[in-house]
Amino acid sequence: MNLWMWLLLACLLGYAWKLLGYLVPASLLRNPRMSRIAGTMTIGLLASLTIVNAVASGQALAFDARMGALAAAGIALWLRAPFLVVVLAGAGAAAGLRLLGWS
Amino acid sequence: MKLLQSPAVRVGLSISIATGLYGISFGALGVTSGLDFWQTMALSLLLFSGGSQFAFIGVVAGGGSGVAAMGAATLLGMRNGIYGMQLNALLQPRGWRKFAAAHVTIDESTATSTGQTDPDEQKRGFWTAGIGIFVLWNVFTAVGALAGSALGDPKQWGLDGAAVAAFLGLLWPRLKGREPVAIAVVCALATVLAVPFVPGGVPILIAAVVAAAIGWFSHGRSDEGLEPDVDPYAGHHHPHSHPHPGVPRSGDDAK
Repeated sequence: MNLWMWLLLACLLGYAWKLLGYLVPASLLRNPRMSRIAGTMTIGLLASLTIVNAVASGQALAFDARMGALAAAGIALWLRAPFLVVVLAGAGAAAGLRLLGWS
Repeated sequence: MKLLQSPAVRVGLSISIATGLYGISFGALGVTSGLDFWQTMALSLLLFSGGSQFAFIGVVAGGGSGVAAMGAATLLGMRNGIYGMQLNALLQPRGWRKFAAAHVTIDESTATSTGQTDPDEQKRGFWTAGIGIFVLWNVFTAVGALAGSALGDPKQWGLDGAAVAAFLGLLWPRLKGREPVAIAVVCALATVLAVPFVPGGVPILIAAVVAAAIGWFSHGRSDEGLEPDVDPYAGHHHPHSHPHPGVPRSGDDAK
């Protein structure tokens, strides 16, 4: 139930951001610095989420089959594969490496 | 039906299919991260912003708390406010349409709309992409969530690897030029350094603070990082395909 509460609050705040842009006069919001922070934060958060999901295991760092997934996804993106193919490449690499015994 | 002859509608439909399809990966990862079917669906129906949704389940999957998951999702949603401001000036929706438009304001609908020059086309592009992605994204989230629940051990299928790949896929289109790459590397390093010392989910919020500080103190492009995961105009030779005309660019070093 607790998770539901945070989840619904996240939904509410997500919608609040979107609506803010429509309701607040543009003259107040049109600030290059705020646009820039929105952008740099998007990059920073996605980079952080990528690495956390690749190497964090609770509070420990682990180098396991997920590193193979990261490499495979990188190669797929380099080859301009569509998003779904990139995700499948990541899953396939992790599953394949586990089959080979690298947990 | 003249509607299908509109270039914006056609771009909107193709982006809807491309983006909607990867709702499958969100649905599957949602239920294997520890959320149940309806929690996963609630994120797609109510939060409806790919990056924020993946962030929420990414934090939960890593053992982070609900509040950290909410924090990461909310910080990633800030850019939608910037899009809302641009679209409000461009489309000038009235009454209830304002509230509906806000809900489908995401990377892809914004890019589809702002890639057009004619005001009518901008409107058609926004609503086609916005509604199209909303419908397909939710349908495919449900498909993925049902499939994910039937899979059994998610690790055996490499679903933790799929999550890593999904985040890299969301990050990749934003890494145009040297500066965004530097921001990504610094934030990834800050995250790795923080992991052993703070509870799960918090390293991600630390990276957000680092990224915000970089944005505050440096002077790069003001639309850096504001790109769609799937570029609606990739491969189209459109004379006015600059995704964000509302934001001035300085020192454009794209590609």
